[in-house]
Amino acid sequence: MKRLLEKGGMGLVCVIMILLCAIFVPHFASTNNITALLMSISTIGMVACTMMLCLAAGDFDLSIGSTLALAGVVSAIVINATGNIFLAVVIPLALGAFIGSVNGIVIAQFQINPLIATLAMQQVVRGAALLITKGSSIGISNEAFGGLGKAKLLIPVGVPPLSLQSPVWVMAIIFVVFGIILNRTTFGRNTLAVGGNKEAARLAGISVTKTKIGIFLLQGMVAALAGVLAASRVSSGQPNAAQGLELQAISGCVLGGVSLTGGIARIQGVVVGVLIMGILQNAMSLQNIDAFWQLVTSGGVLLVAVLLDRWKNRA
Amino acid sequence: MPISSGLSIQDISKSFPGVQALQNITFDVPAGTVHALCGENGAGKSTLLKILAGVHAATTGVITIDGKPHAPQTPADALKSGIGVIYQELHLVDELSVAENLFLGSLPSKSGIVDKAKLAADTKAALARIKLDVRPETRLGDLSLAQRQMVEIAKALVRDARVVAFDEPTSSLSAREADTLFDRIAELRAAGKVVLYVSHRMDEIKRICDGATVFRDGQHVVTYSSLENVSIDQLVKDMVGRDITDIYGYTPRTAGDVLLEHEGVTVRAGEIVGLFGLVGAGRSELLHRIYAEPRKCIQNGIVLCPEDRKHEGIIPMGSVAENINLSIRRVYAGLGGIWINDAKEKANAEKQVAAMRVKTPSLTQEIRNLSGGNQQKAILGRWLSEDIKVMLLDEPTRGIDVGAKREIYDILYRLAADGIGILMVSSELPEVLGTCDRVYVMRNNRISAEFSRSEATPERCLAAALPSAEDSQ
Repeated sequence: MKRLLEKGGMGLVCVIMILLCAIFVPHFASTNNITALLMSISTIGMVACTMMLCLAAGDFDLSIGSTLALAGVVSAIVINATGNIFLAVVIPLALGAFIGSVNGIVIAQFQINPLIATLAMQQVVRGAALLITKGSSIGISNEAFGGLGKAKLLIPVGVPPLSLQSPVWVMAIIFVVFGIILNRTTFGRNTLAVGGNKEAARLAGISVTKTKIGIFLLQGMVAALAGVLAASRVSSGQPNAAQGLELQAISGCVLGGVSLTGGIARIQGVVVGVLIMGILQNAMSLQNIDAFWQLVTSGGVLLVAVLLDRWKNRA
Repeated sequence: MPISSGLSIQDISKSFPGVQALQNITFDVPAGTVHALCGENGAGKSTLLKILAGVHAATTGVITIDGKPHAPQTPADALKSGIGVIYQELHLVDELSVAENLFLGSLPSKSGIVDKAKLAADTKAALARIKLDVRPETRLGDLSLAQRQMVEIAKALVRDARVVAFDEPTSSLSAREADTLFDRIAELRAAGKVVLYVSHRMDEIKRICDGATVFRDGQHVVTYSSLENVSIDQLVKDMVGRDITDIYGYTPRTAGDVLLEHEGVTVRAGEIVGLFGLVGAGRSELLHRIYAEPRKCIQNGIVLCPEDRKHEGIIPMGSVAENINLSIRRVYAGLGGIWINDAKEKANAEKQVAAMRVKTPSLTQEIRNLSGGNQQKAILGRWLSEDIKVMLLDEPTRGIDVGAKREIYDILYRLAADGIGILMVSSELPEVLGTCDRVYVMRNNRISAEFSRSEATPERCLAAALPSAEDSQ
């Protein structure tokens, strides 16, 4: 059992879930539903990739939901003011990178606990988003901008054909990119080393500070990208968007076997973790289970996953 | 027959999945004696201690204390039936007071409210027994390591321990603190306790132990009820199963150009320089000052093997290969140091594992599953992947068994022969005198003396290391 869990056991759990849902949940296996399911996990999937690096380095980031909201709001303001799509993408991304770097500097350079640092940032950024919008959402009329988040790629499978919206393929690309970053680059390996043993990594010549700032910078940028896509899709920048996103991203990672204490992470695990959460929600919605129950269930699943993790790691 | 007064171990075996950790161990330790448990790492000493302490249950066999059977199911059981184990890593709570630590789990109370007066009085009595002069309400974390160790001993005595076991108690103590510890151990013996003593330091065993039992690969080799006519060489021979008359194997070398100069310390090409001193003399701090900017130092060919392998050396959950390539990968990596070069990393890991004789089932094995000696060899391999000029070593053989120590020394000699300068911090005077060409002695954060190999005698080195009147001015 332990060995099974280690050898991609969560992947197995995920496959079994898919099979069970396909058999027992009506409409689950329809192309429409799969389209919706993939769409529903796209935001979490994107930010889970950077959250994975964060956790792998032994930190976490509670400010990504706020960053997403602020980026969406800023994107809406820029597109309304300039009509320039390029600016409406690049300015929020730069802002996200800035927010992330500040997190990184505060945590790595000034040695502030990531819980406190990013909790503070969460409130500051959310507050800023509410301030500049006076608390209400900002509508976007630019049609071309709306196309960013609504573009579809039809895949001729099933009836009607499977349609992958742009957030889904952006998520897929980000999964691949971060898989490569984690496994194939010195930055990724250094991230794991820093999370595994900060002092040993430092004495081996790895710059802990630079590595951490890099991670948080990427985290902010990806959250901002998700924010821009969300704003485009719903044609508005919403200051209250994505509350609690950070905890969902952490849940997805932990379900996927990423260690909360750092040093252990696999991108396949994160994909599986995010999928499990999405499938659970989706199946419950299809069964018309109350949304409040869904919250209880996803919390319960997370708890079980960490308990399994602890059990697995016991000598 | 179990002895009626003391500890009796009869036919104890313990197997873990795939490993026979202990096999049919039988020996007695009479009350009122200090008994050493000797053996290389993995010989089975710790497993026996853990069985006594209720951490593991024996697979077969019987333990009796004063004739009464002792088969604890949990550490709490063991504590109740009179076993106190003082581990290398103390089991105390830094944030609590000395008094609360002493009576942790059995605080005197009246209907759920802690009886502070009784707690203070009991604590004073307990501290007096071990002659530890601290106030009961002192926060434990504010005590020195040696004082905390004394608190741990007092904790065992408060629970009326019949058997007190020490696991490498002096590894982090200064010589003076160790002397105090030995005095307390002598008092335990006089009070009729059974004292078990695990240490790699043979001179200590000779000095304070009445008898000794030697383990090798989980088997009982020999029990000496008296060590009077047993030499250290004999004990070492029993431990390793072969003669190691000179574990250092020094051969003279010639030194080349000066490679490093820092705060009055010079290291030349091809020489091994010792940095001796008591714990707290500032030796590690000096190494870390030399190695202030790791990255820059590595690029200039200066590297550091830190003292605390677990906390400063290895990435525990990383593979052996990962740990070896941790630093050099930046050189192998393509696209301006970004893209990992698997082929070169694998080749290097293979090369270093072979050259350092790291015993590991595979390159992908997590390094935390290796023995301390093999972890140390992997870290040496990490640095020998680089093109180095000077290697700084901080207690390179701490916690490593005799056989692996010699392997480490041989690696250092090879490096010196290749023209690398070595600066080695060690608390073990025999090691410094046995391996080094030149010795610096530190005291009070300063170099207090420098000796050539021929000048360096134990007396001179110690005299230079011990605090003198002028220091306290």
